[in-house]
Amino acid sequence: MSRKFKRTWRAVLAGAAVALLAGSVVATPVHASDKKNEAYNRIMKSDKMVWGVKGDTKLMGLMNIKTGKLEGFDVDMAKQITKRVNPKAKVELTQITSGTRIPMLLNGNIDAIIATMSITPDREKVVDFSKPYFNAGQAILVKKGSGIKDIYDLNKPGARILAVAGSTSAVVVKKFAPKAKVVALSDYATALTALKAGQGDALTTDNGILYGMAAGSKSLEVVGGPFTKEPYGVAMDENNPKLVKAVNKAIDDIKSDGTYAKLAKKWFAGVKGMDWKELAK
Amino acid sequence: MLSLFQTHAHDFLTGFGWTIASSVLALIGSLILGTVFALMEVVPNKAANIIGRIYIEVLRNIPLLVITMFFYVVIANVVKISGFAAGTLGLTLYTSAFIAETVRAGINAVPNGQLEGALSNGLSWWQGMRYVVLPQAFKLVIPPLGNQFINLIKNSSVLAFVAGMDLMYQANMISQETFDTFGPFIIVAIFYLILTMPMSYYMRYLENKLNKEG
Repeated sequence: MSRKFKRTWRAVLAGAAVALLAGSVVATPVHASDKKNEAYNRIMKSDKMVWGVKGDTKLMGLMNIKTGKLEGFDVDMAKQITKRVNPKAKVELTQITSGTRIPMLLNGNIDAIIATMSITPDREKVVDFSKPYFNAGQAILVKKGSGIKDIYDLNKPGARILAVAGSTSAVVVKKFAPKAKVVALSDYATALTALKAGQGDALTTDNGILYGMAAGSKSLEVVGGPFTKEPYGVAMDENNPKLVKAVNKAIDDIKSDGTYAKLAKKWFAGVKGMDWKELAK
Repeated sequence: MLSLFQTHAHDFLTGFGWTIASSVLALIGSLILGTVFALMEVVPNKAANIIGRIYIEVLRNIPLLVITMFFYVVIANVVKISGFAAGTLGLTLYTSAFIAETVRAGINAVPNGQLEGALSNGLSWWQGMRYVVLPQAFKLVIPPLGNQFINLIKNSSVLAFVAGMDLMYQANMISQETFDTFGPFIIVAIFYLILTMPMSYYMRYLENKLNKEG
């Protein structure tokens, strides 16, 4: 081994070690704040409520490229809730992803999350949820005129159900249609293209996402409604009972004074195969 | 790991079967196609040369995954084609471009005098190719051809992206079901080795044998 080669080799090793160290520093765990009602007091004092919303989910939270603004059902709900928690507060929207939302909430970067987030026991260990505000659940998207009415129509040999690999819906659907073959693809875009190309009879995932897909295509529709119950809730940092109470009250008010029906109609009335009146249940 | 294999033996073996099926079909297909296009490149005909050149350059410069997805979602609108068929077709076309280049290199490596001799003995160009040049060319390119075949078997994992039911697809499914991300992939790696190692050794054996025969 020549000396020059040895030196290069050493430099490569050192570089790799630095990269490894840097990686471990970034991955520091985040802990919830211990102070009681911290987020609530912050909203009241600064007259500002910071929401984490989705920016890539049609109808729920989507960045409008033309105006640069976030829009959707979740975004409108965030505005309405803020108005009722602190009438003076300004709404600030932060775009989050499924991976970043909980760390950002626990860091105090955002006060609450309203981003197609299902209330699950695992998540309840880390954050506090409001009462459900959207009746989400797993559903199926099919081509129009397919004759498929609900998930049980697919429970036969030869039926192919498209799903996204690694999602819970790919596992859950087997319980509802054990005789069908589940075709797992890498992401929603591929699965949607595959459905259009006839690689499967139906595509399954959360109804919220499917409604967005149906709204973007003339030839697709959601049928049968949700066959599981995974309602969306507003997530807040633990130790904020005042905020949870205020948000719950706001959701109740929004539902009872007709605002909810107005919003649901605004976003979902045009979606084929969706009964927006069922949402609030 | 052994218990993981026992509980999911059916899935692993199904995947193994589909991987073998896809590899064998693609191997035969790409060898035939590759030889055809290699000949198109060397045949004394300008039009054929150009067609051969375009075919090879296009297919070997597009990622395998793109070719496969093209069959899976674009061609499927016209002809009904399963994930397995899309993956195997993609694999065949992609590999055939590399095999064509390999075989062409072999043909070029056979001294010109061989073909000239054949022609002066009254053989046609095709007969000269068939009986004199190609047998020598294949002998020369067995090592690189072996590499292509091993790559082909490994590349068959592209089927996982189009739900082709192969080994890689099964490994993904099993790891998602059991939350064990390590075991399934190790088992699958062993299965791939079972296919590629004998291939590797057979190619070496063949190379030695043909060398001795001279």
